[in-house]
Amino acid sequence: MKNCISKPINRVDAPAKISGKAKYIGDIHFENQLFAKTVRSARAKAKIVSIKTPTLPDDYYIIDKNDIPGINRMRTVVSDHPIFAEDEVNYIGQPILLVVGPEREKIYEIVSQIKIKYKDEAAIYNLEEAEVKKAVFTEYSYSKGEPKATFQHAERIIEDEYRTGRQEHIYLEPQGITGDYKDGCMYIYGSLQCPFYIEGAIQDVLGWDSDRIRIIQSTTGGAFGGKEEFPSLMACQVAVASIKTKRPVKMIYDRDEDIICSTKRHPSIVRYKAGLNKNNEVVALDIDIKFDAGAYSELSPVVLQRGMFSATGVYNFPNLKVRGRNFMTNNVPSGAFRGFGAPQTIFSTEMLMHNIAVKLGTNPLDYKIRHLLKRGYPTCTSGKIRDEVKLPEIIEKVEKMSWYRRKIGKHKKFKGVGLSLFLHGCGFTGKGEATIKGKIILKKNGDTVTLKVSSVEMGQGAETCLRKIVAHTLSLPMKKVICETIDTGLIPNSGPTVASRTIMIVGGLLRQASLELKDRWNDANEIEISKTYKHPDFLSWDDDKFEGDAYPTYSWGTNVAEIEIDPVTYEIDVKKITAVYDVGVPIDEKTLEGQIQGGIVQGIGWATIEVMNSPKGKLTQHNLTDYKIPTSMDVPEIECEFIENPYEFGPFGAKCAGELPFVGAPPAVAAAVSNAMSVPIRNIPITPEYLMELDKHED
Amino acid sequence: MKIEFVLNDKKQVIQVDPASRLLDILRDDFELTSVKEGCGEGECGACVVLMDDKAVNSCLIPVGNIEGRHIVTMESFRKTERYKVIEESFLEAGSVQCGFCTPGIVMSTESLLRENPKPGDNEIRDALSGNLCRCTGYNMIIKGVKLAATRGKGLW
Repeated sequence: MKNCISKPINRVDAPAKISGKAKYIGDIHFENQLFAKTVRSARAKAKIVSIKTPTLPDDYYIIDKNDIPGINRMRTVVSDHPIFAEDEVNYIGQPILLVVGPEREKIYEIVSQIKIKYKDEAAIYNLEEAEVKKAVFTEYSYSKGEPKATFQHAERIIEDEYRTGRQEHIYLEPQGITGDYKDGCMYIYGSLQCPFYIEGAIQDVLGWDSDRIRIIQSTTGGAFGGKEEFPSLMACQVAVASIKTKRPVKMIYDRDEDIICSTKRHPSIVRYKAGLNKNNEVVALDIDIKFDAGAYSELSPVVLQRGMFSATGVYNFPNLKVRGRNFMTNNVPSGAFRGFGAPQTIFSTEMLMHNIAVKLGTNPLDYKIRHLLKRGYPTCTSGKIRDEVKLPEIIEKVEKMSWYRRKIGKHKKFKGVGLSLFLHGCGFTGKGEATIKGKIILKKNGDTVTLKVSSVEMGQGAETCLRKIVAHTLSLPMKKVICETIDTGLIPNSGPTVASRTIMIVGGLLRQASLELKDRWNDANEIEISKTYKHPDFLSWDDDKFEGDAYPTYSWGTNVAEIEIDPVTYEIDVKKITAVYDVGVPIDEKTLEGQIQGGIVQGIGWATIEVMNSPKGKLTQHNLTDYKIPTSMDVPEIECEFIENPYEFGPFGAKCAGELPFVGAPPAVAAAVSNAMSVPIRNIPITPEYLMELDKHED
Repeated sequence: MKIEFVLNDKKQVIQVDPASRLLDILRDDFELTSVKEGCGEGECGACVVLMDDKAVNSCLIPVGNIEGRHIVTMESFRKTERYKVIEESFLEAGSVQCGFCTPGIVMSTESLLRENPKPGDNEIRDALSGNLCRCTGYNMIIKGVKLAATRGKGLW
């Protein structure tokens, strides 16, 4: 029986958005506002020899490194990205200075008159060059069992290599931030995911305490990780500019600028050595993961960690060695993007398993089933799978819905079917949640309840679902439960809006607080309850050895993709995706379906048409004419179902859901292409050129 | 240059550089912020408005071309009965996530339904192919448009 929380309701933020009344940062006029335009590096790696600027008219300003009162670095996991370049630049698009003034036309004229002299230096353009030059930002490794000895006694050893491409978020609203220095305080308004990340970054750059800094979110037009760390950089720049000009400074990117300088999904190369026993099962696996982090490290260490801890997918490989390296290149920095390192390694491992099965002449699904994780099994980092793994039910359901087995046996050339199995670790990796200790406040005033959290609505439906958790617990109508404005002066730090943690972690705290409020409802007219996250005692994690529970629990899923390939152009037409997920209990089936539909389509884009190359450090695709994302004409029919599997510590049993749908689509599509063309697929995006080459080779 | 046109049912006479983009005039001079800029090159459809009942990308229209035309943005369309039907249908079908593409999609929907009040799936997909959405994956928007066409029978 379905849980009644799951019954769909209408989204609370939708009417303002449909009618065009919602105000995004570009729609908000600030009295006396100035505009800012960034002057960027034209070189991939160079020393700045000189910068010649024209005489500025009244009311126009140049803001650069000399205007920064505090630290000229953006605070994040590795605080290495300069707010403004100092004496060197490390990628094309790196910010050097701002031109600020009242008229945009005049600003562009000034920008065109600025002459920068560079002295070029030897640059690194890709992973291969970076490996030769040993340009490593981060290197991690972990192991389990006896990989060395197992390989020695293996019946068969298979080596293989997989590659995934760079991906741009293409949130429909480009990045935008306004800084307003007023009465000794800094107010930052903008399109953002993580208000308290920005607060911290501003503290470093201005050398101020947080009590003089307010971060206020405007309606945010999509993010997907692209507005996780990047807005901190823009916020620091406009903050400094506003102090210098004593006026609000607004910086809205156009699409070209946004693509050129904002973070991307890490391009990856994953190498495998698989040791098979006499039953042809993979008993030992050596995984070597390489990510192109771009010119600065920033968030890349944690992206790599999630990639490494997801690299075994839904499988139990008893003997395992995993090495992960982030390489420094002179490309635009890579950063957070839905899935956060996991899509790269899940794709690679799914295709490895698929390709081994095909090589052995077995059905890929049957082969995968022989390796599945079960409750009580150790995770890849020697933690424990504590909750029931409903993969058998998930597989049974998808089979009934899609007739996968029947279809895979009957394939014709240019027409194929493929299946993926996948998981996603819920919430922050390792000690993340224990360190950040998210806090929430619930306040009753009469018959109205206000929830105060720092989890933002950015399109994913957080506001609706969080309010629903509280309203449902207190049996109140939705309109009696409201969200406090996302303003760091008014809300506690419940952590950033990332890592599919909003429902499970922040929603979990709200559920606890609501239950307490329910008990105390009649005690007083005004009641305030605050809750702080406490990491369950049974979870252990060793951050040095990478040993223990990398995640408190996992969400699971399967996708079956049915595709056709144009025999002349080799373009892939995805006809249908059938999907089954275990996300615990859905908080709202309609909002969840939105995440699933959108995530699958974004994954199909990455796997097929989204090509973004950076030869010699310069992106060859930097607008929506040459970087194509799926349109309404390109998307398949998507049918999805859920298997309920309530998680004890999630609100109403909910686990994570936002990133999971993205992770599953690419390997399903690639497996279907492999099935259609009878070739192993090892790289995405699967461009027509790549497919044509493979087909020629096969003939 | 002096341009005369009708904006949201009101006659306007403006003194303007004819090469200015209609998008900028609507947003900056008339403060009609339902019209969004997503790409500035006619690819994404966030800036779609109606020009004589047809959906156009306002970022591609030099304002010199609107002489004598009737431009409609969401600010006036949202007062109509047809809008109400689209809003309810989009709400129910879950057609909206971040919302940045939504006003443009509503304008394209209005333009489609005026021309074809009973569109099939493929006709809807075709009519919305110039409106990019990165959140929804489109299927739930298509469902919303279909629902609007059914519910608003007789309105278009």
